[in-house]
Amino acid sequence: MSYKMITTNIKRVIRSGFFNFVRNGFVSLSSVLVMVVTLSVIGSLILGSAILNTTLDVLRNKVDLNVYLIPGAPEKDILSIKQTLETLSEVETVGYVSQEQALAEFTVRHETDQLTLQALAELEENPLGAVLNVKTKEPSQYKGIAEFLQGRNILGSAGAPIVDKVNYYQNKTAIDKLSSIIASSEKLGLFLTLILIAVSVLITFNTLRLVIYVSREEISVMRLVGASNFYVRGPFVITGILYGIVSGVVTLIIFYPILFWLGRFTENFFVGFNLFNYYTSNFGQLFLVILGSGIIIGAVSSFLAVRKYLRT
Amino acid sequence: MIHFDKVSKIYPDKTVALNDITFKIDPAEFISVVGHSGAGKTTLLKMLLAEEKPTKGKVFLESVNIHALPRNDIRSYRRRIGVVFQDFRLLSKKTIYENIAFAMEVAGHEDADIEADVPYVLKLVDLENKIWNYPDELSGGEKQRVAIARAIVNQPDIVIADEPTGNLDPLNTFEVVQILKKINDLGTVVILTTHNKGVVDSVGRRVITLDRGKIIRDDPEGRYVL
Repeated sequence: MSYKMITTNIKRVIRSGFFNFVRNGFVSLSSVLVMVVTLSVIGSLILGSAILNTTLDVLRNKVDLNVYLIPGAPEKDILSIKQTLETLSEVETVGYVSQEQALAEFTVRHETDQLTLQALAELEENPLGAVLNVKTKEPSQYKGIAEFLQGRNILGSAGAPIVDKVNYYQNKTAIDKLSSIIASSEKLGLFLTLILIAVSVLITFNTLRLVIYVSREEISVMRLVGASNFYVRGPFVITGILYGIVSGVVTLIIFYPILFWLGRFTENFFVGFNLFNYYTSNFGQLFLVILGSGIIIGAVSSFLAVRKYLRT
Repeated sequence: MIHFDKVSKIYPDKTVALNDITFKIDPAEFISVVGHSGAGKTTLLKMLLAEEKPTKGKVFLESVNIHALPRNDIRSYRRRIGVVFQDFRLLSKKTIYENIAFAMEVAGHEDADIEADVPYVLKLVDLENKIWNYPDELSGGEKQRVAIARAIVNQPDIVIADEPTGNLDPLNTFEVVQILKKINDLGTVVILTTHNKGVVDSVGRRVITLDRGKIIRDDPEGRYVL
């Protein structure tokens, strides 16, 4: 077949797909509505997972591990521990609060407590030690860091231990609980996402199967006049893609006012996460995912649904 | 041209639709196939269209066994046949022009040829004024004439007409038969199945009579005898 004939055939198939979409107005409307529901589920799951991830990130950031060093420990030794911690793959950041900073922060924190400030002033030396504030990538990794610090019995250059205490063991229960909540939430989120996406896609697939079932006579006529599978299937796939595009655009339009309204509430409920701001700042990605899902679901469902009628 | 060689068709439910039938059709013949319901007429046509395979025997078109053709060749083979059905089977969402153009498109014709030939065949069946109508806007007789136009637009070797007058009044029946005769006069094989005695007798050409899957009569200038 010549190149010209191939392009002519492709043009004819696309044109026919467009005509099917426009002329089967009611069927197209029903299919688009079903797909809007499917794409809304997919979009809601993306937004839901953004809420979940942001909330979990905030919770993760609330947990940290403080390494309290003995007052008077040499800064060189402390910075050496800091450097060692930073080389560990689990560690995200290590903050250093010097003795002087610790004292200044303590003073600010207790500026209304004159008794404590007087007691502090009477001391000749700074009673507070420096602190290393460690943040790991996952809360479950704090245990390993605490054991690393305890197990090594870290000594300063003078040969004396310089770590006073590690606060992990005081917060252990809270950290373990949080780790387990985060892990369960992620697993549950993934499970629900997969189930809901599968159900929505199946509903759309069955709707398009029904649409094509209605056209089975038409398909048999096409085959009897000698149409190739490409010629029979092509227009249905194009129509399926159009359902996907229109449904995707409608879904994104419907999301706009709903998320505008919901944004204020999510900001209050979910630690400052405004869903509408997320929608507008990630619009490009959402557009691609929702429209892409619509196009893929529409095309693949139509492709598979027509296959049944092309067997002889 | 066409040769049914000891063809039998037994369906999975054990119904014997065709029972060891043998006959030949020469170029430019007009054949009426008659018989009661269930005699095997539709199965015979389906075999010719390569929609059904024989349980035994072979069907040849110009010495090619049509049921041994690969799938792609079956499509090309079908483009050599024009089909007219009792229920018209027009594509309801396409205009009359598009219904006929579709048959030309799948046969790989250029747009310019389609634009020239579609109005021409519609003129042959006297429907040039309905070119942009949809099938639902036409009468039964007009729909059948569109179906005939679609069947002949690719200048097929064979036109199969399966009960083409079954849903038509006498006037439209007469018109459809005249058109089929005209097509045959131009050298195309026409195979007509019908229950209509008047139609068979008015054609006055070869008649094959089927009964329970067997050929019981094959008259060169036959009449409807059942």
